[in-house]
Amino acid sequence: MKLAGARILLECLKMEGVDTVFGYPGGTVINIFDELYSFKEITNILPRHEQAAVHAADGYARATGKVGVAIATSGPGATNTVTGIATAYMDSIPLVVITGQVPTPLIGNDAFQEVDIIGITRPCTKHNFLVKNVKDLALIMKKAFYIARTGRPGPVLVDLPKDVQIAAAEFKYPDSIELRAYKPTIEGHPRQIEKAASLLLSSKKPVIYAGGGVVLANAAEELSHLATTLLAPVTTTLMGLGSFPEDSHLSLGMLGMHGTYYANMAVTECDLLLAVGARFDDRVTGKISEFAPHAKIIHIDVDPTSIKKNVRVDLPIVGDVKDVLARMVVVIEGDSSVLDLHKEAVKPWLDQIDGWKSSRPMLYSQEEAVIKPQYVIQKLREICDQDAIIATDVGQHQMWTAQFFKFTRPRTLLTSGGLGTMGFGLPAAMGAQVAFPQRQVIAICGDGGFQMNLQEMATLVQNRLPVKICIMNNNYLGMVRQWQELFFEKRYSHTVLDLPIDFVMLAKAFGATGFLATKQEEVEDTIRNAFNTPGPVIMEFRIAREEKVLPMVPAGASLNQMVLAS
Amino acid sequence: MRHTITVLVENEFGVLSRVAGLFSGRGFNIDSLSVAPTNDESISRMTIVTRGDDQILEQITKHLNKLVDVIKVFDFTDGSAIERELALVKVTAEDAVRAEVLRIVDIFRAKIIDVTPKSYTIEVTGSPSKIDAMLELLRPLGLKELVRTGPTAIGRGAKGWKA
Repeated sequence: MKLAGARILLECLKMEGVDTVFGYPGGTVINIFDELYSFKEITNILPRHEQAAVHAADGYARATGKVGVAIATSGPGATNTVTGIATAYMDSIPLVVITGQVPTPLIGNDAFQEVDIIGITRPCTKHNFLVKNVKDLALIMKKAFYIARTGRPGPVLVDLPKDVQIAAAEFKYPDSIELRAYKPTIEGHPRQIEKAASLLLSSKKPVIYAGGGVVLANAAEELSHLATTLLAPVTTTLMGLGSFPEDSHLSLGMLGMHGTYYANMAVTECDLLLAVGARFDDRVTGKISEFAPHAKIIHIDVDPTSIKKNVRVDLPIVGDVKDVLARMVVVIEGDSSVLDLHKEAVKPWLDQIDGWKSSRPMLYSQEEAVIKPQYVIQKLREICDQDAIIATDVGQHQMWTAQFFKFTRPRTLLTSGGLGTMGFGLPAAMGAQVAFPQRQVIAICGDGGFQMNLQEMATLVQNRLPVKICIMNNNYLGMVRQWQELFFEKRYSHTVLDLPIDFVMLAKAFGATGFLATKQEEVEDTIRNAFNTPGPVIMEFRIAREEKVLPMVPAGASLNQMVLAS
Repeated sequence: MRHTITVLVENEFGVLSRVAGLFSGRGFNIDSLSVAPTNDESISRMTIVTRGDDQILEQITKHLNKLVDVIKVFDFTDGSAIERELALVKVTAEDAVRAEVLRIVDIFRAKIIDVTPKSYTIEVTGSPSKIDAMLELLRPLGLKELVRTGPTAIGRGAKGWKA
């Protein structure tokens, strides 16, 4: 039987196991939404902005590991998805974004709501497709999902002209697919893995530097196994938080610009750095020429372009992180006498690290009169469930969360690391809550970022999504203000958000609940009240206005040149 | 250093802009680029001349390989390939100069493909350095217009290079 293109699209989604999409209707996708009306296997969550649709699909993907799906109309709908797509691309999040397009005979004519979204998204998608014939649709959808989730994952956009949605074709979904031009390397080279194992065993000051690739590859268990077998301390990037339990004595916390003193010192002093699913971002390395100056570097990554992009690498291993780590552990455990000797040899190194940890722990000055944001994060951690999912926006609150929350499980921190997208937190939390209705989902935002997508309060209330929103309100664009304080002689140019917004009233306007805390003693009750209140809740914390994120490595300085908290 | 890279790509809509966009987006240079379908109509072959040190070239080839439509990438810089380029050149040719132009055309085994009382249009093929040499001789005689295809390259020896 022949089906219309719009229907074929939904059948393809169903075949890919998609049960939830985040879509916003419009002229060129009206046929898709018409099919959705009676298509019981797929639920659409209607956001209030296409950017939020993509962030929500992204949050859904980060929390579950599945491919997130968003739908938007042509023209402005499509351009609104671009920030969401670029966010997912930089953090390697698997998405399939479907955009409507004007009918094929009108493409190129500057038709109403026409935009060349294929051209616009070419540099920020893993791949994209324009469907010109309904007969190709099923194969393209199969390719889109395959490309999105395999290798280094990423967003794929499918542009679907209106006439292709209307035209009919036989529907047959391909069982399998092979692309001659796309073959990600999954298995690491055995000889390279053996070399890495022997380098690790002969090292006296090893450090493992784990990134988002560990989370994406679902390799947290393998990483822990390797680290505990070798007694190797582990530092993670922002994207790697949760891939190694921060309550382990081997955890160094996050490294880089706002990393811990001991992580940055350990990386600077180590003799071997094992980079796993990380890409040596400038926020991580500081001054490249002084990054890990004494270390041999082993780099495991599924994407060959990540290797030797920014730093020299002594031993590259291209492959799936999970596969490589699992096989590396087997090699290392092969000779227990060598392993025992190694464990003995690294003891002075671990003692040195313990010394750094006790001399320069993560701290902040406690003051009774005002609320310290770090205190709020610590209290949240104490009170929330072990498996709570945290989504953040971008800025100071994001760094305080990374520094003080102590993540122990993968896929519990959803944050825009690469692109640094303000406005990400609320819709990403929404997507995670859709995926896990029973788990606690907390959006931690600043007052600036929250205002970038606050319209999604409506979506939360409408869909009864009980996201708890924590707004760290300092009436500043705090991170930029911090840079202005430190590097621009306190000239707070356009970072002062002078209008004091009543976020409690705002919550009420949407039919949600709001609580305000202005003193430290109110923090704990506010959090408990929020968790005990059904539905979405805003917790507004009026925090110490000029609190800074410390430690801080100034841009361009080397990692051991940190400005520390006094 | 100058590199000649050959790329086999799916003969599909948008591939050229993906490749070109990769170079511009990452700040890599393109000196020249030529592209056309191969004996297998589903595959096109590009010859790209670019410059950079080893580290940049490694990134260029890796990024090209990463594109979903790119089937194969090969750097022919070690001299394992023959490069040929076509140029069409319009020169002023009046009076005594006419004979001189003809002599140069003869020496370089080029062809006159259009003649007027005041000009010749010349077709020349060869290695890029041969074309450069001929242009150097023609320039003082009055070079009016020049169009070059950029080199295209094929490996030496009996072995065919396919997808």
